[in-house]
Amino acid sequence: MAWSDQKIEQIIGNLLRAGVMIAALVVFIGALFYLIHHGAAPTDYRVFRGEPSDLRSLNGILHDAFALRGRGIIQLGLVLLILTPVARVAFSIWGFAEEHDRMYVIFTSIVLVILLYSLLGSGSAF
Amino acid sequence: MNTLEFTVLVAIGSLIAGLVGALTGLGGGVVLVPLLTIFFKVDIRYAIGASLVSVIATSSGAAAAYVKEGFSNIRIGMFLEIATTLGALCGAFLATVVPTRYLAIIFGVMLLYSAYLARKPRTPEQRNLPPDPLATRLRLNGNFPSDEGSMRSYNVQSVPTGFSLMFGAGALSGLLGIGSGAVKVVAMDQAMKIPFKVSTTTSNFMIGVTAAASAGIYLNRGYVDPGLAMPVMLGVLAGSLLGARILIKAETRILRLVFSLVIAFLGAQMIYKGMVGTI
Repeated sequence: MAWSDQKIEQIIGNLLRAGVMIAALVVFIGALFYLIHHGAAPTDYRVFRGEPSDLRSLNGILHDAFALRGRGIIQLGLVLLILTPVARVAFSIWGFAEEHDRMYVIFTSIVLVILLYSLLGSGSAF
Repeated sequence: MNTLEFTVLVAIGSLIAGLVGALTGLGGGVVLVPLLTIFFKVDIRYAIGASLVSVIATSSGAAAAYVKEGFSNIRIGMFLEIATTLGALCGAFLATVVPTRYLAIIFGVMLLYSAYLARKPRTPEQRNLPPDPLATRLRLNGNFPSDEGSMRSYNVQSVPTGFSLMFGAGALSGLLGIGSGAVKVVAMDQAMKIPFKVSTTTSNFMIGVTAAASAGIYLNRGYVDPGLAMPVMLGVLAGSLLGARILIKAETRILRLVFSLVIAFLGAQMIYKGMVGTI
C-alpha cells in the first residue's frame, strides 16, 4: 500500500491510543505505591508550594520512579502522556515526507520545535 | 480528609465530569478546575496543572477513534496547530504572572461563554462554497463520509481569521488548562466554514498537541502535582471512555441543558470568588 493520508491516519490513531493506555497504566501503578505508603497521611492543596525539583525534571522523575516512589512513577506516567502528542507530531513529519509533501513537512516541523521548546527550553526540566 | 479519601472523591468527581462531558459533547475539561477549586479547595494553579494533563488523555483517546473513521482533517489540524501551540506557549507564560484571582475571573467568563455556545442554535451549514485560493494552496480542502453514505467534499474559507482565532484558543488553553475545544470549533465551523462534524473531530485531534505545548511549561514550573493529577487523569479518562460507549443510546438533549446550566453556575461562582479574592 502506498503512503496515503488514510494510512497515516490509521497509524496516528493507534499511536495515540497506545500512548494514552501505557501512560494510564503507569499512573495507575504509581497510584498503588502512592496510596499504600501515603494513603493515611493528611492532604492539603490549599496553599500552592510548587513541586520539589525532583518532580520537575526528567532526571529526577526517572530517579524517583526507579526508586519505586509512588509520586515519581505517577509523574513518569504523566510525562509519557505529554510525550504522546509529541510522538504523533514527530511521526506525522515522517509520514508527510513519505508523501513528498514538503510544505506539510515544514508546518509539522514548526509544531515539533514549539513542543520541544516547551519541554526542553522553558526550564531546567529535561 | 486523608489522602486515600481525597483521591477517591476527586476520582469520582472527575469520572462524572468526563462522563457528562463525553455524553454532551461539551468536554469535561471545563468543569475540572471549578470542581477542584470550589469543592476541594485546591489552589487554582495545581488545579490547572492537573486539568491540563487530563485534557491530553481524553482528547488523544477520542481522537484515536475519529482519525481512523476519516472525519478529522489532519492537514487542517497540523496547519492550525502552529497557531494553537504558539498561543499555548504564550498562555502558559501568562499563567505564571497573572494573579490567581484574575485567573479565576477569566475562567468564569470562559465558562459563561461555553454555556452560551452550548445553548446557541447551530447556524445552518453552507454547502458548495467556491474554493479559496489560500486554502487551496495550503491543501486544506477535503472530504468526509457524510450521513448519506457518500463522501462529501468541502472548501475551506477565511484562513487568516481562523488562524488568528486558533492562536486565541491556544492561549486560553495554556492560561486556563482547558482544551478550549469550544473556541476551536467556532474558529473552524463559523469562520472557516468547515462542516461541523469535521470541525469537532479535528478540534479534538488538535487539543492534545495544544495542551502538550503548555503542559511542558507547567511541569517545569512545578504546577503538576502527581497526587492530584493522578485521580483527575484516571477519573476523566475512565468517564470519557464510558461516555463514548453509551453515547449512541443516550438521549442527551436534557443532559446537555442541565450541564450547560451547571457550567454557567460554576462560571458565576468563579467570577464571584475571583472578585472577593477567596480563590
